[in-house]
Amino acid sequence: MAMLHLVNKSPYDTCNLNTASGTMKDGDQLLLIEDGVYGAIKNGKSASLLNGLKVSVLGPDLAARGISQDKLVDDIDIIDYAGFVDLVEASDKVQSWL
Amino acid sequence: MPDAKKFMYINRKAPYGTIYAWESLEVILIAAAFEQDVSLAFMDDGVFQLTRGQDTKGIGMKNFSPTYSALGDYEVTKIYVEKESLEERGLGLDDLQHLVWEDEDEDYAEKDSIHLVSRAELADLFAGQDVLFNF
Repeated sequence: MAMLHLVNKSPYDTCNLNTASGTMKDGDQLLLIEDGVYGAIKNGKSASLLNGLKVSVLGPDLAARGISQDKLVDDIDIIDYAGFVDLVEASDKVQSWL
Repeated sequence: MPDAKKFMYINRKAPYGTIYAWESLEVILIAAAFEQDVSLAFMDDGVFQLTRGQDTKGIGMKNFSPTYSALGDYEVTKIYVEKESLEERGLGLDDLQHLVWEDEDEDYAEKDSIHLVSRAELADLFAGQDVLFNF
């Protein structure tokens, strides 16, 4: 896998998800963590930023924020911390959008 | 309370990414103890503070969301949630905690604390305050 993009800020608070998704290349993956998980809410205005991307979201951060699976966009992988490590290991590079 | 001032706390940050939400809650509880006229507004990412079912075991942080349901006991009974912010984030009132207070003048009848308001209505509420705190 080419690059793993990490987004940890709410798309309603910063433009990080907008920039990250706009610079992703074929084969790249996006992982939403911390407040970044709000970007995965299906009926939210920012959900369209994820169209056509390979996206994962960190389950413990979703649970902490009371966002249940049925609220999320389709075709999204919910992973745990071990899955996070696997994604990093499978990537050539990681870009953390702070 | 003839000398009570109207204090409004405006909460605009998501709950666990920064410490603002928790700090705001602490300040609100202190202010309520001084018998001021306290009201809360939740707008922008602040609406995420009130989601029901928060479970922080997996991230090793304190879950402070149950504290919101104690606000009624501190006579904090006016909680305004901005409709536009909720909708933009793909949420509705059903996704939030059901917060109530007991009205001692009406035989302790349970009443809703949360009022859904538009941005324009919130602007009117801001205009009627003596002091505003933004978190």
